[in-house]
Amino acid sequence: MSVIKVPEIDSVDWSCAACGEELVRRPVELEYLDSQFTVELPVCPQCNMVLIPKALALGKMHQVEQLLEDK
Amino acid sequence: MEQADLRQWERQCIQEETPRCVAACPIHVDAKLFCSLMGQRRWDKAWQVLAKTMPLPGVLARLCDAPCESACVRKDAGGAVELGELERYCAENAKPVPPPKPLPSRGKRVAVVGDGMSGLSGAWEMARRGFDVTLYSSEPGRHLREALGERLPDGVLERELASLVTLGVRFDKEMKVSPSVLDSLLEEADAVFLDSDAISSDLLPAEVPDEITLGVPRLGLFVAPKGEASPVLQAAAGRRAANSIERFTQGVSMVSGREREGAYATRLFTSLEKVESVAPVAVESDSELTARDEARRCLQCECLECVKVCEYLRHYKSYPKVYVRQIYNNESIVMGTRQANTMINSCMLCGLCETVCPEDFDMAEVCLQARRTMVEKGKMPPSAHEFALRDMAFANGEQCVVAEHAPGADASEYAFFPGCQLTASDPDGVEKAYADLRGRIGNVGLLLHCCGAPAHWAGREDLEAETAASLVDKWEALGRPKLIVSCPSCVKTLRHQLPDAEITSHWSLLRAIGLPQGIAGGGAFAVNDPCAARHEPLMREDVRALLDQMEIAVTEPELTGQTTECCGYGGLLSEANPQLAKRVAQRRAAAADEDFVTYCVMCRDQMARVGKRAVHLYDLLFPARSRCACRPSPGYSDRRENRIRLRERLLRELWRKEMDGETDPADAIDVSFTEEALEAMDERRILKTDIRKVLLQARNSGKWFVHRETGRFLASFRPSIVTYWAVFENHEGGYLVHDAWSHRMRIKGGQP
Repeated sequence: MSVIKVPEIDSVDWSCAACGEELVRRPVELEYLDSQFTVELPVCPQCNMVLIPKALALGKMHQVEQLLEDK
Repeated sequence: MEQADLRQWERQCIQEETPRCVAACPIHVDAKLFCSLMGQRRWDKAWQVLAKTMPLPGVLARLCDAPCESACVRKDAGGAVELGELERYCAENAKPVPPPKPLPSRGKRVAVVGDGMSGLSGAWEMARRGFDVTLYSSEPGRHLREALGERLPDGVLERELASLVTLGVRFDKEMKVSPSVLDSLLEEADAVFLDSDAISSDLLPAEVPDEITLGVPRLGLFVAPKGEASPVLQAAAGRRAANSIERFTQGVSMVSGREREGAYATRLFTSLEKVESVAPVAVESDSELTARDEARRCLQCECLECVKVCEYLRHYKSYPKVYVRQIYNNESIVMGTRQANTMINSCMLCGLCETVCPEDFDMAEVCLQARRTMVEKGKMPPSAHEFALRDMAFANGEQCVVAEHAPGADASEYAFFPGCQLTASDPDGVEKAYADLRGRIGNVGLLLHCCGAPAHWAGREDLEAETAASLVDKWEALGRPKLIVSCPSCVKTLRHQLPDAEITSHWSLLRAIGLPQGIAGGGAFAVNDPCAARHEPLMREDVRALLDQMEIAVTEPELTGQTTECCGYGGLLSEANPQLAKRVAQRRAAAADEDFVTYCVMCRDQMARVGKRAVHLYDLLFPARSRCACRPSPGYSDRRENRIRLRERLLRELWRKEMDGETDPADAIDVSFTEEALEAMDERRILKTDIRKVLLQARNSGKWFVHRETGRFLASFRPSIVTYWAVFENHEGGYLVHDAWSHRMRIKGGQP
């Protein structure tokens, strides 16, 4: 499956508090209503904690959720 | 929805029915479109409309006696639109158009005898349908010219006769048709049409022609009715003969499906309410403006009674007949996007459309059934109603439910049922109302529970039944008391959920027993009937009687009582489509200049959300300084807390019950919120308890992000099917939350 890139999200301002690591962009698997996507998202390189930025959650992600709900 | 249901619904919506003028026209000229174009001074286009339907349009438009005028709806608002005059103006001023292109030859021969309007029209109609037509007349058009000569300017008839030739009609001027010639014509041709008023009487058969077919017993012979004076009815006879001859030569039924061939009655309703009476404008042949202005008096008849009063129906830019088809199609989709889901979930189920519809079309029933089907098929969008249903479950959970006899009593003749939204929005009012009831009636128990309306609106029959079962259980345990119910939606729902219970509205009861002590009377308000009171005339009357007793001057909005508007909460619109709900609330808010007084707390809160000053009746009956018309609607978290605290307070103070010590560890999280955070959370349907869980999870796991510049933290948690995020900082030994968001998509890989 191809990796979806979301260039408009900007998350370099956040780092992982526990690991003290800067976040890196990595493919992350997301799932909703039997659909799966691989999206490049900011992740802690050490503990793999994923960040979903506000703009993504309320923007594109919300749109896709609505779209899947109507499928 | 089955296809038969769809057809039934489609039939019930009359918006697409024929306008009365078109139905009354024997040849069904589209007079509505004609007037619209004339009103825009588009004479040539208007002429094309006439020429499309009329045989020999140059002649007929000038002679037409306009029977449509007697059917015109404008008749009762100044006088019928003078269509006949407009036709003549158009005929004089528009560019003539060539006759229609005839269909390919059918290889069928028809003889037309007689050159009056019926004969010429019959020849025109048959020629354009591909018949080989021969018109027998020694001097074609002579009859018409003699009959109506001075009403036709020079050259008009000649032009249309030339058009007949262009259409392929052959004129036989030599043959003098005698009875024996008629016999031979009937032998040679496939059919013969006689224009009764333009032939010698010895050709006419003894029998009167059949009304529907114009046929006579002699096979193949069709005869126009004799003595018809109306030119347009003569033309209609020509067309009817053409239709019959077409059927005759095809060997199909001569009579079936011909009900709407001539003038017929239409079901289209057009309201004259708000239509200003305007007298006809005398159309002058040399004045464009008179023709335009007369055409503009046309009402452009349509129904749209429901769309006029409903923001939801208006929003989707069509009308129920179209919507019901979209809903039917939506249900039929196997693969692909269900485009109508949001539309289905946006109906307020308030019943206003049914009330104003001349045919009682009920969009609520269509949408509720569609929602139930969506639920049944697993196609209801999970996000549409989930928040409201969670709230309902919460209101019916152990933190909120109360079912008690009056303090110190072991039986209840009555039980007070204020409803879960009133307890959420105005717990103090509920407490005072209950105290008043106990004080004046005595043995009144208390039942705090949700009536199940959200489940009903969401199409969740399972949850509706579950709520009903719980309600029955508690009501039975209280000894089946009579219920005193405040909320009109609860009254409506409980009648269904608790069919054996005797239900009295609190308003009826107060009217009977008198006002409580300490009311805040006086002043002036506009009364806002909740949509649930639409079919409750007594309740509406009780409320007005109470207001009168309180010496409150009341005005009524235009849409009131039976035709009241929903505030935007009904049918869970505000959950499924918050933007539209806001517009609905704004529309209702604009319905009165005065502050509203209402008796549904959701109406009050919806008004408050759009900045409209509004009070609930409890605010006046059981006043408190904090409850003014300008108070904001409590947020979702506050509503929950209000229910919890009310229950705790009542149980402790009235029933001396101590709360069990078991608490959620998340409740122990010490957290405060900025104004911005609270506003964002309410809009995004995020509760304080959701954020507490995020913070607890962050504290327990030690996992969060930190912002490089602000130093604020960001953590997430997914308690069940929604992931919540919170931006926070440490603050006075606890947390201060600055922002929050959520998503339903799940991050795979075990992030909690």
